[in-house]
Order: sequence, then C-alpha cells, then structure tokens
Amino acid sequence: MSDANLKTTPLNAAHIAAGARMVPFAGYSMPVQYKDGVMKEHLWTRENAGLFDVSHMGQARLRGVSPLSAFEEVTPGDFIGLKPGKQRYSVLLNKKGGIIDDLMAARPDDDGLFVVVNGACKDNDFKIIDDELAGQVRIDRLEDRALLALQGPKAAAVLADHAPEAATMVFMDARSITAFGTDAIISRTGYTGEDGYEISIPASEAERVWNTLLADDRVKPIGLGARDSLRLEAGLPLYGHDVDETVSPVEADLAFAVSKKRREARDFPGAARISKELAEGASRKRVGLTVLEGAPAREGAEIADEAGNVVGVITSGGFSPSLGKPIAMGFVPPALAVAGTKLKVIVRGKPQSAEVTAMPFVPHRYVRKI
Amino acid sequence: MRFTKDHEWVTLEGDVATVGITAYAAEQLGDVVFVEVPEAGKAVKAGDNLAVVESVKAASDIYAPVTGEVIEGNTGLGDAPETVNDQPEKAGWFAKIKIADQAEYEALMDRAAYEDFLQSL
Repeated sequence: MSDANLKTTPLNAAHIAAGARMVPFAGYSMPVQYKDGVMKEHLWTRENAGLFDVSHMGQARLRGVSPLSAFEEVTPGDFIGLKPGKQRYSVLLNKKGGIIDDLMAARPDDDGLFVVVNGACKDNDFKIIDDELAGQVRIDRLEDRALLALQGPKAAAVLADHAPEAATMVFMDARSITAFGTDAIISRTGYTGEDGYEISIPASEAERVWNTLLADDRVKPIGLGARDSLRLEAGLPLYGHDVDETVSPVEADLAFAVSKKRREARDFPGAARISKELAEGASRKRVGLTVLEGAPAREGAEIADEAGNVVGVITSGGFSPSLGKPIAMGFVPPALAVAGTKLKVIVRGKPQSAEVTAMPFVPHRYVRKI
Repeated sequence: MRFTKDHEWVTLEGDVATVGITAYAAEQLGDVVFVEVPEAGKAVKAGDNLAVVESVKAASDIYAPVTGEVIEGNTGLGDAPETVNDQPEKAGWFAKIKIADQAEYEALMDRAAYEDFLQSL
C-alpha cells in the first residue's frame, strides 16, 4: 500500500486518519474511498455535500505580457474574450488536433491566467506550454497550493458559512478571495455534475480547511472511486480513458471548447483536421451507452452493431449508483451515435444489449443564475 | 469451513463443496452490484475462473478453490447481488462443486490459519 516513489498531497495524514483506502493515482497516493465506500459516498454527494482532495491536479499561473492571447496558441478557446472573474473549460491541442489534456483556465484576479490541468498530465502539459510560448509568457507552477472540491446540492450553503462571497458566484465564475482566513482561489465548478466549488488554498492551510469543512454535518469526505462514478453519470470525459492524444474535440463531443471566433480564424493547433470535422463530421464520436442487461461494460469492452459487427470500444464504464444500472461511454461511427440506437456491448465474450443514451445520464445541476 | 489466500471460503457436505467469498473480501470489494455465477455442468480445476463479482468500480475474478464439476450456481444473486455483502459466508455463496479429491479441501486453511493470514496482510 505504501510506495516510496509515490507523492502525497498535504492531506495524506487526514485521509489515513479518516480510514481512507489509499491507492496509486497519477503518481500520488490518493484516497479511492473512505469507510462508507463508493456507493454511499456517491449518493451522499448527490444529496448533500462531498469533499474531495484533488491536490494532485496541476495548478499554475500563466504570466507575462499577454497571457490570454498567448494561451490561444495552444488551445481553441476564446481566451482574449475571457472576462475577469470567469473560468473556461478548454483543451490543449497537438499539431494534429489531438487532445494533449483538458483543463480549466480562469481570471480570478489580475495575475495572469490561473490554469488547472490533470495530475497525470501536468509535467508534460506545463513543459509544452512553456516550450510553445517561450519568450511571451511563462508557467509558474503553484506547487505550494492544495486543491479541494466541495460538490453537491448543499455545497453552496456550506461554503457560504466560510466564504459569503462564494454565494454570489454562478457556474464558471472564479475569484481570488479571502476565505477560511487565508487567500483562496474559488471557482464555482466541479467534476460531478452537481453545483459546487473548487477551492485552491495554500498547502500549509489545507488540513485546517479540510477539517473545518468536515466538521459540518452536511459534508463527508469522498474518494476517487465516487469521483469517477459521479463524473461518468455527468457525461464528463476522463483524460487518458475517454480522451487521449489521438482524439479530437469533435470526436470527443467537446466541440463547444472550439469557440466561434477561433472556428472562423482557424488559427489553433490542428485547425485543418478540426475544421474539416466540424464541417463534415468526424469518423467516430463519443457517446453514452446504457447497458440494458447483464454486467457493467468497462473500459476496453467492444461495441457491436445488432448484426454483431464490431463498431467501437468502451472507454469508461461502470455501475451508476444513482440510476441503479450499468452505464458507459465509448466511441462509435456517427451513424450509430444517435440516442436510442440499439447496440451490443461484449463483456467477457458475451454480447449484451445496450442503447445509445444522451448525456448527461443524470441531469447537471449547475447554478447559472442567482 | 476452509479458506484460500484469495479470500474464498469452502464448506464440504459429502462430496459437494459450497464456495463463496469471505466477509473480509466482501468488505474490501465494497457494494456488489453484479455477480456472474457458473452454470451447472461446468468442469473447473482449482485456480480456474469460477465467477465474477462486480462493484461500482471494478470487476473481480473468483477462482475455483477445488477441482470438480459445478452442480449449481447461485442464480439468486442475479436479482440480489447485495446478498454477497449482507451474508457473504451464508446466502451469498456462488457455486456448489462436486469435488473429485477431498484432499484438496483438507489442504486449505482452517479458520485459525486464515485469521493469521489476514493479520499478516
């Protein structure tokens, strides 16, 4: 269980004290679940508020003369148009239009662009950004900060007790504010489909803030197991599984990350391929699948048409605690990507009935207006 | 009752072995959401895949602890997979196997040895 090569987050001792089962993830020892287990933790988050340690993720500031326009050289987003106090989902693209990573970038204050990337990709991402944008801007990694996520229908009421200003934010707002008596970067976003926040705080304050939030009866610690089942229900892709360097934003059903302005300008990496796919369609598309019988279909399971021809592959799947049935994501040709299309998933050699299902599987409950 | 290092339990009545997973294993797996049990007539060797048990997060293989022929799979788990968590060492059994060699059963750990094994993990 303990591996000397694994890094730990500032909350390692708190996880162990809370009875977490620790597993290697993205080079870190991380809590996959606490005492309640994945099912109860998942349902608690959908009904109350779940607290996640996501300090393994890469936090950085992009600083320099024009960080917003520079960031457009490696992404298809409209960052010049990103207003102060707002955050945007985007993707880092390679020259072939494949996704190097997906990320959040925000302007919580006047200090450049605040970027959060996936933990397993962060070293590579930050090197690419540094190399590609050398001479214009630099990446300053925020290794001394922890990142917490507070997610669920009660998250806003809980956080309002410690950071009243957070209640005035809407989905995809991001602000640097004083909260919990320290300097925090708070964004109203998350990876569960629920309302909630991500909270960046100094590592030295992490355990105190964690314990302060857990002292609230509405809050329980939630592990990576439930984080995965929650994001699957929310239809959100997981980098390295549903998305990788071969997959374009159009194929991944993330075309919303290619802004209108940039579509017209065609000035982002891989624009030739992505523009063509936007106009003519891609050869495969990420879809949701509901498995109608039998076992959960997990990553690597083949997808077949009703005649038995293999047409695609499952990229992530499992059992949906909220829906009480197996769900999955995978890639199929566009002709088969229409909701309601009957397909088969092959689990341990057996074809099982499945149906293409519009995502999210469980409706998002983002707070877009207050 | 006898036990394996893969956290299966076995009981023997005459030449029929009943196989399941231990309370420890059920707790480690978490909430069981799906179980695939073998059909009657399947021949298994000790160490072969016997059943599959799935939690929210992962699928786990269950191995046959003894050699023989499956005479019954616990099909009731299809509609009530949570039985594996609720009564792992009773109603949550997976399969009954008509065994060829009783010595295979005798060679497995008794409860005291299994408890010692758990302590060593």
